[in-house]
Amino acid sequence: MGRKLLLEKADIPGIRSYNVYRQHGGYAAVEKALRMTPEEVVEEVKKSGLRGRGGAGFPTGMKWSFLAKPAGVPRYLVCNADESEPGTFKDRYLMEFLPHLLIEGLIAASWALGSHRTYIYIRGEYAWIVDILDQAIAEANAHGWLGKNILGSGFDCQIYVQRGAGAYICGEETALIESLEGKRGNPRIKPPFPAVKGLWDCPTVVNNVETLAAVVPILQLGGEEYAKTGIGKSTGTKLISACGNINRPGVYEIDMTISVEEFIYSDEYCGGIAGGKRLKACIPGGSSVPILPANLLLRTAKGEKRMMTYESLSDGGFQTGSMMGSGGFIVLDEDQCVVRHTLTLARFYRHESCGQCSPCREGTGWMEKILHRMEHGKGRMEDIDLLWDIQRRIEGNTICPLGDAAAWPVAAAIRHFRDEFAWHVTAPEECLRRNYGLAQYADELVSA
Amino acid sequence: MSKFTEEMKVEVTRIMDRYPEGKQKSALIPVLLMAQDASEGWLSPEVMDETAALLGLEPIEVYEVATFYSMFNLQPVGRHVFEVCQTGPCMLNGSDALIAHIQHRLGIGVGETTPDGLFTLKTVECLGACGYAPMMQLGKHYREHLTPEKVDALIEACRNMTMA
Amino acid sequence: MAEEVKMLKVTIDNIPVEVPQGSTILQAARLIGGDVAPPAMCYYSKLKGSGGKCRTCLVEVSKGSTADPRPMPKLVASCRTGVMDGMEVKNITSDRVLDARNGVVEFLLINHPLDCPICDQAGECHLQDLSYVHGKEGTRYEFHRRTFDKHDLGPYIQLHMTRCILCYRCVQTAEQVTDGRAHGVLGRGDHAEIATYIEKALDNDFIGNVIDVCPVGALTDRTFRFKNRVWFTKPVDAHRDCPTCKGRVTLWQRGEEVLRVTARKDQWGEVEDWICNTCRFEKKKASDWIVEGPSKVDRHSVISQGHYVGLQRPTEIFSAVHDGRSPKLLMDIHSISEVNRPEVALSAIPGPATSATFDTDKKS
Repeated sequence: MGRKLLLEKADIPGIRSYNVYRQHGGYAAVEKALRMTPEEVVEEVKKSGLRGRGGAGFPTGMKWSFLAKPAGVPRYLVCNADESEPGTFKDRYLMEFLPHLLIEGLIAASWALGSHRTYIYIRGEYAWIVDILDQAIAEANAHGWLGKNILGSGFDCQIYVQRGAGAYICGEETALIESLEGKRGNPRIKPPFPAVKGLWDCPTVVNNVETLAAVVPILQLGGEEYAKTGIGKSTGTKLISACGNINRPGVYEIDMTISVEEFIYSDEYCGGIAGGKRLKACIPGGSSVPILPANLLLRTAKGEKRMMTYESLSDGGFQTGSMMGSGGFIVLDEDQCVVRHTLTLARFYRHESCGQCSPCREGTGWMEKILHRMEHGKGRMEDIDLLWDIQRRIEGNTICPLGDAAAWPVAAAIRHFRDEFAWHVTAPEECLRRNYGLAQYADELVSA
Repeated sequence: MSKFTEEMKVEVTRIMDRYPEGKQKSALIPVLLMAQDASEGWLSPEVMDETAALLGLEPIEVYEVATFYSMFNLQPVGRHVFEVCQTGPCMLNGSDALIAHIQHRLGIGVGETTPDGLFTLKTVECLGACGYAPMMQLGKHYREHLTPEKVDALIEACRNMTMA
Repeated sequence: MAEEVKMLKVTIDNIPVEVPQGSTILQAARLIGGDVAPPAMCYYSKLKGSGGKCRTCLVEVSKGSTADPRPMPKLVASCRTGVMDGMEVKNITSDRVLDARNGVVEFLLINHPLDCPICDQAGECHLQDLSYVHGKEGTRYEFHRRTFDKHDLGPYIQLHMTRCILCYRCVQTAEQVTDGRAHGVLGRGDHAEIATYIEKALDNDFIGNVIDVCPVGALTDRTFRFKNRVWFTKPVDAHRDCPTCKGRVTLWQRGEEVLRVTARKDQWGEVEDWICNTCRFEKKKASDWIVEGPSKVDRHSVISQGHYVGLQRPTEIFSAVHDGRSPKLLMDIHSISEVNRPEVALSAIPGPATSATFDTDKKS
């Protein structure tokens, strides 16, 4: 059983309430942080090797040290709780069951960054979680962890919860800032980066929920001790939200020392493929990252066991690897159609494109239409290359990463499952009956 | 007639206090969500204009925002809005069949409202409940691990709630 | 005390140029001019915050700066990327750039109606120019194109949203040049549109400028609607003593008649001064204006048809090119073609004419 740093206390009855949380050592990280200088807190986070848990995996300590500190200008910390990447529901779990862990991390991080007004931007659909967070904030206020002169340190801080209203793009940090300013969620053109000009043109750090929650164990253990968990540059623990055709979907904390195979098949985690079927493919890090067929998922191209770490999941680049991304682990069994699945993702990205820049606005819709045609038996062989060409010209040419996020799933699906696309053209009737004759992708490494 | 009651106006002021001086435009999305809840689940031009006046914005600034976010309804909706997720992970767990079942049960297509004004069916993109698929949002809460039977029970419960 | 502005050296397509600190790559490229200046559909130097959206001005930064020579991994929008000292940029010398630009043109056109024959913007449309230089013949898009209804935004401006490329310039103009914005971008993604939401006339002394900033035919002048093709009208610079604006305009005339009034535009198609609605829409008599002389029109523009400036005619005569030989007539096409038959009335033929139409032998 792996080490748990975030969900350790998740099963304690009543842990949502302040009193129980405090009895179990809660808010010790704030006490510790306020005895340190902000710079020392940043230093601990740097030492921990913590990487942003939202998807990009950028080192958090480094992000914090980039924050501009001009005199007389307020700085802001914004917590990105706009969890919307298909396959990802880990932040929701944290906020729902351990709201005080997030608040604790936020107070410590606010101290480190000098943010007196800290915002949690949460996706609008998570309406009931707003109540949970509001209550936790009220309790923290009542016990002196928020407000003026926290624990006599002279530090003032307040946390506010801001609801979004339905837009995946607001998970992109500059779109989130725009939305928080009461505007359309159009990503900004960078530079300037939020660290220099963010919320209301002030220096701003935007961090994911899980990243900020991880600040608590980092401060409790010390950065170096935290870094001892995990392998190489994948330090600490990572929440993986597993879904799709598995026996035990849910949120799991892994310490990044286990293999993908163990994660899928062990009863401690996913518990194997549902219905006794075989594994066909998996998107290991949220819908944007490349899909991998079973053989490349379980073993890298070099034949090594693929591990649940940032490095191992991306081993082989996009040719034979994928990414840790946001930790949204989507499993497809042998009966699932990759074309259909890719179509739902293309539809998702078309729906969520903000429409600001031309390649994404026009390209996402075009890809969806072609995939729709293929899935419904009207495709042509040339469509496969056309799709490839469209995604190629979206990728890297847009304002924000949504263009890449829309292009990668299509590219990977064609790269690894080209014959399944071709089969949709040559055998449209069979496809419409959903009689998949393509289980050759299914896992043979693990026998049922 | 104003859709904003006195209590709501107090709440608007409270929301505006969350932001630094001069940054009150930030209150727009929370206020619109509140206004929608108080206006049978949708935002009429009148409600948006009133929101603009309350926050000191040009009406177009409100329209721009209201049309951007998928949670704002700009047309009247039924009393109970079924927002069923259809993205990848839900699809893998049979959301397509579930949507077809709901259409059949309610006798309406996606995006339509039953003639009695009770139900609206919407398909939505990923709501962040992929592990508990298939699922839908009904009002403030999620309904997860749905089956046709569970949906039937929900429909029944909604009907009873309305009659009571 | 005048602050000393640091000059930065940048090389674009192997041509060095020095620009003041704070300049963008696009500004530097425009100093060089010609083909080196990337096309810009959304950037507008006179509008704050414009640019970055259309992606036609993408360039490759092959060397970041002298201090950090690493190339930038992605293509960057030249209109919003600042120049660094020692930076090296590739525009038309980069195949990646030309390929991406070709893609952007294709994306911009897939939902464009291509109704140039009935569009008042034809002849001065930036999308036409862009497509001519960077587009491909034919389309790979076979689905229904997105359409919107036409809207009159008051008595002077027509919005033809189907043609719009969402450059946001008109929104920024209303925001920055007029004293109250009534239109904006509504909806999102591929159904985002410029609109007022509730039917509304745009009325403001300066709102007519949205017509000039629109790179395509989405916002056109209702007072000029279907009056003429721009290349049949003659542009002259003129001015009047206007209490609202500077009154410096271009009149577009056919004979003595003033068909249209616009702001004067520079070589990048940007207005020199914003003009007011009175000058634009209501002063349509030549006597309202003091004419300065013909406007300068870029020689590549169709508007300059037949009036090419700086054109070099070949000095050689035909026989000189042919080494003294006189050209030999290989075939007299008129003697064998069935097409050239004056007795067939083309307008009387239903549908497109084919060779069968002229095949008199088969006619009974």
